[in-house]
Amino acid sequence: MRRSTLVNWLLVLAVVALAALPLLVVQGEWGGADGVAQDAISESHPDYEPWFTSIYEPPSGEVASGLFALQAAIGAGIVGYYFGVARTKRRLGRGTTPQHPGDTT
Amino acid sequence: MHIAEGYLPPLHAAAWAVASAPFVVHGARAVVHQVRTDPDSKLLLGAAGAFSFVLSALKIPSVTGSCSHPTGTGLGAVLFRPPVMALLGTIVLFFQAVLLAHGGLTTLGANVFSMAVVGPWVAYGVYRLTRRAGGGLGLGVFLAAALGDLATYCVTSVQLALAFPDAVSGVGGAIVKFGSIFAITQIPLAVSEGLLTLLVVRLLVRVSPDELRRLGVLPRPVAPSTGESTAKEVGA
Repeated sequence: MRRSTLVNWLLVLAVVALAALPLLVVQGEWGGADGVAQDAISESHPDYEPWFTSIYEPPSGEVASGLFALQAAIGAGIVGYYFGVARTKRRLGRGTTPQHPGDTT
Repeated sequence: MHIAEGYLPPLHAAAWAVASAPFVVHGARAVVHQVRTDPDSKLLLGAAGAFSFVLSALKIPSVTGSCSHPTGTGLGAVLFRPPVMALLGTIVLFFQAVLLAHGGLTTLGANVFSMAVVGPWVAYGVYRLTRRAGGGLGLGVFLAAALGDLATYCVTSVQLALAFPDAVSGVGGAIVKFGSIFAITQIPLAVSEGLLTLLVVRLLVRVSPDELRRLGVLPRPVAPSTGESTAKEVGA
């Protein structure tokens, strides 16, 4: 494996570890920080009434998580498409002189 | 950092909307200008916006026992300068406000100000300072994305503190309170965002160095260079 590829995988591993370690080490509710902030507002300003409610609210947690997954999927699809196009363009553009000896096969 | 629908008093909501509006309009013009003058960068521009779309959908557990999400605006700010991200970030926030009941239309101005204006500008500033101080592309990108992410959540804390000052300690006390909810949760996530943005830029250096050269992220060489010299830039 090329050194830069190894570094890239280590970056991925570090991100996964940063997300997984708190789950193992910390005892938490794992609610959203946004919700925690809302609770803090209700606590310090019990009189405050939200004066507007969302025009559309996903009917259940399942539907909401589906929509979040859709958002991530659309984004990841476009990012992946870019890298596919860029990589292909670069390979075709280079023709018979590949950048790395390993790519010739 | 999404202030929920209706959770800012009308006056605050209006003030943040007024503050954000010029940045978004300017951002829209910047996007049009970018696409007109450099049509080949359209796809990368879309990918930068899509990166923010992905990252802001990911709720990640953090050390405080609650979850939060990165913003993904640092990448586009470094590649295309911050104005472009004002528009792209607004699109992301609008989508979440309308379809996911995450954030809100009344709080859109405030959320745009923190995520699509301050975050990208802090990221860009940090990037430029790091490069000027002699830091490499990799270090600059990492610090830009991480600190831009963190700055977004600090702004959210200040916005909530201004609207809901503490009865005893006032706005200052409330900043500390909301900061402890948002900013501390965000520190590991900011590091994650820095690492992910660094990863994407490393991959970009490998697959589209010409694009990065045109955007001025990689130095424009006098002689046509191969990918090898640019790969060294990020220690790839």
